Amino acid sequence: MAKRSVVPFGPQHPVLPEPIHLDLVLEDETVVDVVPSIGFIHRGLEGLVSKKDYKEYLYIAERTCGICSFGHGNGYSLAIEKVMGVEVPDRAKYLRVVWAEMNRIHSHLLWAGLMADAFGFENLFYQCWRIREKILDMVELTTGGRLINSVDTIGGVLRDINEDQAKLILNNIRDIETELKAIRDTFLEDYSVQTRTRGVGVLTKQQAHDLGCCGPLARASGINYDMRVLGYDAYGMLDFEPIIGTDGDNYSRCKCRLDEAFQSIDLIRQALTKMPAGEIAVPVKGNPDGESFIRIEQPRGEAVYHVEASGDKFLDRFRVRTPTFANLAGMCETMKGAQYADIPLLVVTIDPCISCTER
Amino acid sequence: MSKSRIMAFTWATMKNLFSKPVTKNYPAQPIQYPEGARGHIEIDIDECISCGLCERNCPPGALKVEKPPKGTWSINRFDCIACGYCVSNCPKSCLHMVTGYQEPMDEKFDYSETRPHMGEEWVKAQAEKVAKAKAIAAQKAAEKAATETK
Amino acid sequence: MADEKNILTVIDKEQLLESVMVMKTRGLRLSQACASYKDGKYNLSYSFAEDDNYRYETLRVVIDKDDMIPSISGFYPYADFYENEMKELFGVRIQMIKNDYHNKLYRIAVETPFLPKDEKEED
Repeated sequence: MAKRSVVPFGPQHPVLPEPIHLDLVLEDETVVDVVPSIGFIHRGLEGLVSKKDYKEYLYIAERTCGICSFGHGNGYSLAIEKVMGVEVPDRAKYLRVVWAEMNRIHSHLLWAGLMADAFGFENLFYQCWRIREKILDMVELTTGGRLINSVDTIGGVLRDINEDQAKLILNNIRDIETELKAIRDTFLEDYSVQTRTRGVGVLTKQQAHDLGCCGPLARASGINYDMRVLGYDAYGMLDFEPIIGTDGDNYSRCKCRLDEAFQSIDLIRQALTKMPAGEIAVPVKGNPDGESFIRIEQPRGEAVYHVEASGDKFLDRFRVRTPTFANLAGMCETMKGAQYADIPLLVVTIDPCISCTER
Repeated sequence: MSKSRIMAFTWATMKNLFSKPVTKNYPAQPIQYPEGARGHIEIDIDECISCGLCERNCPPGALKVEKPPKGTWSINRFDCIACGYCVSNCPKSCLHMVTGYQEPMDEKFDYSETRPHMGEEWVKAQAEKVAKAKAIAAQKAAEKAATETK
Repeated sequence: MADEKNILTVIDKEQLLESVMVMKTRGLRLSQACASYKDGKYNLSYSFAEDDNYRYETLRVVIDKDDMIPSISGFYPYADFYENEMKELFGVRIQMIKNDYHNKLYRIAVETPFLPKDEKEED
């Protein structure tokens, strides 16, 4: 029988700027078992509900993570609006969709760059992030900040997109679409990229369901569900289908995420052309009383927001269950039976956001 | 299924050989922010009424307001997160978000402004006025008491 | 928010394992599990999601501060993260967790930081 050895991976490691620790049990060069360990970046943000009132807490909730920041602000506002029974005007719903989809494109491009860097293709990493800069310029023009937007509020949004800005956005995303096609062709057709992604890290449909995976990780294995179909914000009035993969390996996950970036471009076009005129926020008075569960689709999967309140201006409990928390079990399952040199790739393939996981 | 070819990245290599770099030469070339970008908070001090709403609602606690007679408004720009909550809460709309952030320095400091006709000198002048008026009133009362006893 | 069916059911702690077994045979996926502390009692919520028609069902268990409650990681092996977090942050007494981290999941210096200060036990 081969000898087993335990190798620690992280918290400083070559693939992500965020700390995660894995204890890998190896037999020669094949990984047999994985024990994950998180907790290096826990800030205890949920404990601040007793110190900041519910309107100020929005600014803390959206700083949970830098990459998926707009989604957290959006989910918190939706949860409080459901408890208080506030009806958001239509124009605000469409504006939220535009910014959420721009957030999704920038997050998928960031992931594509990190994936290319993980198998050593640095030039492709630069090209992906060069396109991402154009998206971030548009976000800064309309909201004021590149990553942390602070443009959501309870009852609507704080800034508007006028005619000139909308035309500029539509022109820019046409150019971005052409450049994204070239990136997608490189990812999916290049021979050396395919040797690192085809057949690596396979997760079958039954395994993905048994382990509770969500987001593109589950959709690439064939499970058909996408939280945007629920119809929150203005998604009920737009036209799209969830993107499903078949094989469940790294190649399918790449294809799923890059296709979702194209779908987001289409959704931004639909939202900007269909947006009605009107006001962008309604005033909100009083304190929340009750509880609610809201699910939204972040770039990484399904995020659950739970709010409990009892009539005071401080909330009782606010809980975020981020998609990476649910996908960690799936990640450990893909690593069993893989080669040791593929471990960085398999950590990046679930698109981890460790600062969201540990809040 | 899908084709597999080598040298699928030649388009980027050719483009990189024959074009200018995409990165800008900062700090030699100064940065140009778009018009809606966030940065720091400025106040129109003539309109301020020292209500203290901005101080109570600031999430990191960077604002401090002293009530009259001192009448100062001060902000620690190093702590400010440029969220804009004070701007939306001010009842007189005297706070504005302006582009350009606080440059890094050796020590943190507060930037403060005082409302017109208020401040340390105004407090001193008011105290002197009150003391003079009291002295005159005391003198008059002493004279009156002297004429009554006569 | 439009066609989401959100159902909340309050059950006793003796019925917890049986209800979770029913959810597992129906093929639902454990979506989240969290705890909150109010008026001397813990409110535990276990949420299950059905992927075909987007239903969302939540089980709510109300227990006292010193009650023991069994773990559901026998049915759902990935529930151990959620239960370790509940144990570490709130001090809920959960037994027989599959991978017990013994309060070292988040490596916090203070015991049960989310309980109010006057309710913490003296060690």
